[in-house]
Amino acid sequence: MAGSIAIVDYGMGNLRSVAKAIEHVAPLGTQVLITDKAHEILNADRVVFPGQGAAADCMAALKARELIDPLAEAAKTRPFLGICMGMQVMLDHSEENDGVHLLGWFKGAVRRFPLGVDANGLALKIPQMGWNQIKQIKPHPLWQGVADLSRFYFVHSYYCAPEDESLRVGTTDYGICYVSALAQGSVFALQSHPEKSADDGLLLLKNFTRWDGRPD
Amino acid sequence: MSLAKRIIPCLDVADGRVVKGVQFESLRDAGDPVEAARRYNLEGADELTFLDISASHEGRETLLHMVERVAEEVFIPLTVGGGIRAMGDVRRLLNAGADKVSINTAAVHNPDLIKEIADSVGAQCLVVAIDARRVSADGVPLRWEIFTHGGRKPTGLDAVEWAQRMARYGAGELLVTSMDRDGTKQGFDLDLTRAIADSVPVPVIASGGVGTLDDLTAGILQGHADAVLAASIFHFGTYRIAEAKANMAAAGIEVRR
Repeated sequence: MAGSIAIVDYGMGNLRSVAKAIEHVAPLGTQVLITDKAHEILNADRVVFPGQGAAADCMAALKARELIDPLAEAAKTRPFLGICMGMQVMLDHSEENDGVHLLGWFKGAVRRFPLGVDANGLALKIPQMGWNQIKQIKPHPLWQGVADLSRFYFVHSYYCAPEDESLRVGTTDYGICYVSALAQGSVFALQSHPEKSADDGLLLLKNFTRWDGRPD
Repeated sequence: MSLAKRIIPCLDVADGRVVKGVQFESLRDAGDPVEAARRYNLEGADELTFLDISASHEGRETLLHMVERVAEEVFIPLTVGGGIRAMGDVRRLLNAGADKVSINTAAVHNPDLIKEIADSVGAQCLVVAIDARRVSADGVPLRWEIFTHGGRKPTGLDAVEWAQRMARYGAGELLVTSMDRDGTKQGFDLDLTRAIADSVPVPVIASGGVGTLDDLTAGILQGHADAVLAASIFHFGTYRIAEAKANMAAAGIEVRR
């Protein structure tokens, strides 16, 4: 039973890489569909919610396509993977663009990285761009086979600060220690780009394409 | 635990083929960008940069197909530069599977293009390439200017000021090439790299002049770069990416292995 995977297209960034990576690892016969249509999202067995760009633009694009309720419904009822901005918009509120209301699935804010210095005393660059480690602070089926502290590819200037500690499944250090992966029920979300994270990223995506949506 | 410094091999391509050959023994077709990309991925390259030197319109069309093919098989970030003049070029490359585009001359001719690109596709997709030459005489404070046309044509723009302006306009990253050192194998112009890296908030990639593994390490430690880019030392098999990373790690630099 290969099933289907919908990749949510709301005009925020290039989805081709995500689709190609999923096709690369999904069971033979899996249908991978890039779509902005609510009924196609709700018909899929699994949903991938990517995104890049500005928070305000993302929220406006989701509203314009009338995807806010369908996404909430999909996230409760099937395996649902948020990537990068797709993770950030799950929280309440972002500091970006002078303050943006987000989807509010999880309590917490999205904040800009504070000014910081690296081990050599040099100013940390913003955006964080490159390969950083994820500390797996809680077991999860999507970590299966992915070594703790594996490096993933990150590009972002804002980070998620969810209030509920039980959501946290991975953390990363960049001047501060922040939540780089969260999970609850059938939702898993990460700040980094698994589709650009070589073998470890592909393994995480492969796990997602076989995940039944149970957190353990 | 922290962000790793990156090593980025750069491949010149024309008409969808790698030029200035990649000389790996195991490659059946040294001119095939997909094979070269796959090989660099296996060796642990952190990103790949393709620089298109096609002169013709047909060559650019071929480039798009090449980017599609590479992006279907290699799952690390891909940057494509060369000949990008307008927003339409950027969109076509990103849609083909590039993660970032690198803009050089067009930014000099039309700085507002950088704002336009950053506003519409985001700073994370946008690398501004800065080709600079040292113009200060000995004994006076160092100064560099932006040159175009492969380093031949001066623009009068101060390189550090230009870098700051590009970062302000929305460049997500700066690729800084010393045209004095490019192709010389004498190492990066570390003063140039550091002068820019210390004066902008965005990451800087050092480029131009790498001849040894220690040059790469110096780019990070003395040049304060966030990433180092090199072509020939990797293409000709002089060094492997893994050797470069081992050398950097031995110097205390965090790398991905």
